[in-house]
Amino acid sequence: MASRSVADLKRGEKGIICSFKDAQMSLKLLEMGCLPGTEVCLSCAAPFGDPICIKVSGYCLSLRREEASTILLN
Amino acid sequence: MKDLPTIALVGNPNSGKTSLFNQLTGLRQKTGNFAGVTVDKKTGLSRLDRATEALILDLPGTYSLYPKSLDEQVVLDVLANPQHPDYPDVTVVVVDASNLKRNLLLYTQVADLGFHTVVALNLLDVAGRQGLDVDPDRLAEQLGVPVVGINARTGEGLDNLRFALSRELKAHFEPQRPTLPVHDLAPGLIDDIRTKLELKNDYQALLFAGQHQTLRSLPKASRDQLAELTKKYGFKPTDVQAQETLERYRRIGEIVDEAVKTGPAAAEDGLTTRLDRVMLHPVWGYLIFLGILFLIFQSIFSLAQYPMDAIDGGVASLTEWLKERLPASRLTDLLTDGLLAGIGGVVVFIPQIAFLFLFIALLEESGYMARVMVLMDKGLRRFGLNGRSVVPLISGVACAVPAIMSTRSISNWKDRLITIMVTPLMSCSARLPIYTILIALVVPDQPVLALFNLQGLALMGLYLLGFVAALLSAWVMKWLVKTRERSYFIMELPTYQLPRYNHVGLSIFNAVKAFTIEAGKVIVAISIVLWVLATYGPGDAMDRAEERVRREAGAQPDADVENAVAAVRLENSYAGRFGKAIEPAIRPLGYDWKIGIALLTSFAAREVFVGTMATIYSLGSDVDDAQQATVKQRLRAEINPDTGGPRFTPAVAFSLLVFYVFAMQCMSTLAVTYRETKGWRYPIIQLFYMTGLAYLAAFLVYQGLK
Repeated sequence: MASRSVADLKRGEKGIICSFKDAQMSLKLLEMGCLPGTEVCLSCAAPFGDPICIKVSGYCLSLRREEASTILLN
Repeated sequence: MKDLPTIALVGNPNSGKTSLFNQLTGLRQKTGNFAGVTVDKKTGLSRLDRATEALILDLPGTYSLYPKSLDEQVVLDVLANPQHPDYPDVTVVVVDASNLKRNLLLYTQVADLGFHTVVALNLLDVAGRQGLDVDPDRLAEQLGVPVVGINARTGEGLDNLRFALSRELKAHFEPQRPTLPVHDLAPGLIDDIRTKLELKNDYQALLFAGQHQTLRSLPKASRDQLAELTKKYGFKPTDVQAQETLERYRRIGEIVDEAVKTGPAAAEDGLTTRLDRVMLHPVWGYLIFLGILFLIFQSIFSLAQYPMDAIDGGVASLTEWLKERLPASRLTDLLTDGLLAGIGGVVVFIPQIAFLFLFIALLEESGYMARVMVLMDKGLRRFGLNGRSVVPLISGVACAVPAIMSTRSISNWKDRLITIMVTPLMSCSARLPIYTILIALVVPDQPVLALFNLQGLALMGLYLLGFVAALLSAWVMKWLVKTRERSYFIMELPTYQLPRYNHVGLSIFNAVKAFTIEAGKVIVAISIVLWVLATYGPGDAMDRAEERVRREAGAQPDADVENAVAAVRLENSYAGRFGKAIEPAIRPLGYDWKIGIALLTSFAAREVFVGTMATIYSLGSDVDDAQQATVKQRLRAEINPDTGGPRFTPAVAFSLLVFYVFAMQCMSTLAVTYRETKGWRYPIIQLFYMTGLAYLAAFLVYQGLK
């Protein structure tokens, strides 16, 4: 079953982080406060939809779509 | 000097460490509103109380003790190794109160290394506006260390911090109690490492276990030992680090629940989000960025023109005045044609430098710089760069040396190397004087579409040319450099802030000071040397040439004859001979031997070009005529003896402009590339590819326009 990732969120849409697809990448994301069980909200996207900006743990984080696709949602 | 205690400032990027450092030490290190302004450690002295003075160590920002880039590595190197010369006695963890959880992650790691720690709670005002009420006393209770609320921008709370620090230095408490049972993460391994390497601390052992490959400060023998031990215990660094991070956040969650009350956010909180909707909009985002660039170049050209004309005129009349008052002698000539011409060439560009740095400081202070990184990431990736390359590329417009150093925040080596290699193609402020003079010679000063100025557009064109060349060179290098490393672009977007005017002013002042004094020294020194080389020649060649001209002219001396005499004297001087020697190589680009002299002198530092031109052309003609007192006027009056027309035709001027856009004429840049890439290979490649590009492009331009 293909689960949704942060990269699939629409602008303004919220989701709850469930797990990560990529162990190496998850270390950096965890450190930045993207923890399982935390709410994320896609606040805006750069031109051409990449990178994207998400609101997580009370601040704004920008990351590439490819990186966002490793964050899976509930 | 007796050994002073060392206090290290640690914290997340953009949490205000450098602002605090400046407050504590009275120094003026560069600050800005984006992650990665400080890329190296800096030290300064601070008096904590009447009896205590301490060495303050400002470290680059990092999110954890698991560094991803070179600047973050510095923090681990200093904190994880008690043998390090900068190993601190006390650490201050600077914490952004508006983002407490993420900031406390680093705190718990630092505390678990056993440091005596004071938490400096910064940005309480921002937290307040977001509806977060952080209670420093409750937090101190929870953490078991002193917590001091400060405002690093205004200096509020600094006395309390000093007091807490001096108390911490004097007290010999038992080591900090750990926030996490680190030992449970890898029990056997940690014990073994502690015994074998004689370490006092569990967390230090764990950090060594996970990162022994990248810890350069460890001796080779210890690293081999660590490799063996981790293998023996089947240590999985990724899993353990993930578990550690999760456990830390769980503990932090409990702490924050106790110490923070969340209320309704002020309306202002949404401002950054709303601004970003526009700033990062697919159409508006780029238009705004382009508009800002236009504004910068237009004001550099049109607004700066008024003070520049005033300075130019002032220097010209001072020269005039001195020539009238002082007795005609070699010394007077040295003073006016050598020294004053050189100084005039420097000071006249102060207004432009000031405008340039005004805009760069505004971009950095407001938080817009981080948005430009986001805007550009996708485009730049295609060329082998990444969004973070924006900071080096934009600050390269000021000077390539700090720009190349700022690449340390780029985690991927390939991206970083390519950025280093192409950054000097961005037109730095030393090229600005050359552009200004030559554009003014050949581009008419007229409005375009009622809004823009043609000269301003030409200037912007040159900057764009440098940028495009940087992109294309990067694209070529992308295929040549091999790597398997991954590139990240996970970056915090700072909240927009109103720039602090004293900081902007300071940054302008520093830039102008550096330009006038540092560049000025070189320019004045070379101007004097050049004056000597251009006034004296081998044997009596100059005198004989003068005699010949006078004989041919007949008995009647007039202004034309004096000009001709001055010209042949210069031609036969040492400088003239150097110029003549390289003339065959530069003739295809449209340059004569006089321009050749300027090219030669500007090889080590391009800012010398205009000063050299000023000296050469004031010596090469008899300029008592007030009409020709400024450099621009002298260049305009210069005649090409082959054609009888002006020397600086559009073809020659554009060829020179293009040459200076591309050429690598800066020893300092080569030196910093050497330092940052740890070898001569890349600076040498840089020198040759850029100079080759310059020659080729100048050749094509001249032959095409001729």
